[in-house]
Amino acid sequence: MKTGTRWSSATCATEVVVVKGADVVLECGDAPMIEGAGAGGDAVGEGTRLGKRYTDEASGLLVLCVKPGAGSLCVAGVPLVEVAAKQLPSSD
Amino acid sequence: MLLEMATQGAPDRVAVVAGGRSMTYAELSDQAHRYAATVADLEVERLVYVGENSCEAVAALFGAALAAVPYVPVNYRWTDAQIADALATIEPAAVLTDHGCAHRVPEAAGLVRIGVPSPDDPVPAAPPVHADEDAPAVLLFTSGTSGTPKAAVLRNRHLVPYVLGTVEFLNADADEAILVSVPPYHIAAVSSVLTSVFAGRRMVQLVAFDADSWVELARTQRVTQAMVVPTMLDRILDVVEADGAGLPALRHLSYGGGRMPAAVVERAMRLLPDVDLVNAYGLTETSSTITLLGPEDHRVAAASTDPAVRARLGSVGRALPTVEIEIRDRDGAALGPLASGEVWVRGEQVSGEYLTHRAITADGWYPTADHGYLDADGFLFLHGRLDDVIVRGGENLSPAEIEDRLVQHPAIAEAAVVGVPDREWGERVEAVVVVADGTEVSEPEIQEWVRTALRSTRVPAAVHRRAALPYNETGKLLRRVLRDDLAATNS
Repeated sequence: MKTGTRWSSATCATEVVVVKGADVVLECGDAPMIEGAGAGGDAVGEGTRLGKRYTDEASGLLVLCVKPGAGSLCVAGVPLVEVAAKQLPSSD
Repeated sequence: MLLEMATQGAPDRVAVVAGGRSMTYAELSDQAHRYAATVADLEVERLVYVGENSCEAVAALFGAALAAVPYVPVNYRWTDAQIADALATIEPAAVLTDHGCAHRVPEAAGLVRIGVPSPDDPVPAAPPVHADEDAPAVLLFTSGTSGTPKAAVLRNRHLVPYVLGTVEFLNADADEAILVSVPPYHIAAVSSVLTSVFAGRRMVQLVAFDADSWVELARTQRVTQAMVVPTMLDRILDVVEADGAGLPALRHLSYGGGRMPAAVVERAMRLLPDVDLVNAYGLTETSSTITLLGPEDHRVAAASTDPAVRARLGSVGRALPTVEIEIRDRDGAALGPLASGEVWVRGEQVSGEYLTHRAITADGWYPTADHGYLDADGFLFLHGRLDDVIVRGGENLSPAEIEDRLVQHPAIAEAAVVGVPDREWGERVEAVVVVADGTEVSEPEIQEWVRTALRSTRVPAAVHRRAALPYNETGKLLRRVLRDDLAATNS
């Protein structure tokens, strides 16, 4: 998955943008995500949250959720982990 | 993408206020889509904005991103000839201006004028997104304090990780507002739009800076945070001190974009004791901030009796966790703590690239052309631009050190120190001062004032008087102009 590309869930409303690419297959709601516009669906899971970043620690894949949905993100059956921003004192 | 997310998360929140107008995130997004559609129809490669801060400038920035063309804010304070030269290097381009700058843009085949879309126009569907990380997002002309302005190229991969890595999405409280008083072509204005939108923070844009309007807007809009350049801060403090009414809503004030005398920082801490101060240092070419002196650093330094710690009020703080800094000598060899040399920087957000050439090494290091040193704990102290360093008889002298001493004299309001070509020394130190109203001081008195505090090599060989010193519009002293003046007078 190339950095900067946008992927949609085949099973829910989730859309993500790849922030750090990796050569893996990202799944949402147990189905591979689709590059570009999504199909949608009614998967249920832990869900994705708008504006959160999720990482697959094994491959280094980092994605940003740009549309939330009900499905959960996984690579090879391992759930992605939410990443918190390292907040700095605002300088701008 | 950033705006799209904020629009989903908080469509009705006010995104930007400027010049008596305001736009919510939903309105801003609609307007950005209108700009994107206009640009996409034109077969142009860039979207230029010439004008003061406005809601439309913010919408145009996101419109350019949606259309996958770089946004190019151009300095409206340049002469018509400078604007024409700059635009010639970036056409074919669509050009948006505000009312005041409409006549400033030359007629040229490669420049297509566009107007402000009406809010009643239909909102076009989103164009296909080409969010390539390598795509140039913004072209910014550097301020050119040491030469002709160059257009720096900032790509998505320089700007986006900084925003995502340091700002939590929509984390701003509903009452938070940031006052943006730097002009739209300044890197701090661009980065503040990106971080504010992602945080969901209301942006209050001051159309053009003067201290009275800044203070009034900060009070009426209940501004909670702001970013200023050093000359602005001193004038703002004058207003606040004179009327004694404070800035009750302000919690957080950052400053940067030039060297800040420690005396001004101490004055700010005294007059605004409840405000968190942050000093940020960065360059256009590094996508803004690379070092920070945080609120706690300010308090520790101010309370310390250790001169080395106290001196940190005059530093620009430490490198961000994602950024590396080294001081190097003229041959590029890294120097240890306290040794002065050129500041080099490396990190994801560092572009170091211009339309015409790249100034970054193969392993990612960028020479900033700033001169300074790191202390033992990694705090960075800046002397000024490398070009401004005076080399007198083989000794490197920092003009800033001498200027700081000069302005401590009660009769000196402003001071500039430059090197003037000299047969014996290579360069000699000369000072240009603005004498404070109602005071008098002689050249020998000024020379003695420097001699008592600094080494004799720092004493100006001549002291010139002027009614005013040359600054650029963001308050950077143009030593180059004085140097050329004095060199011409001497030859």
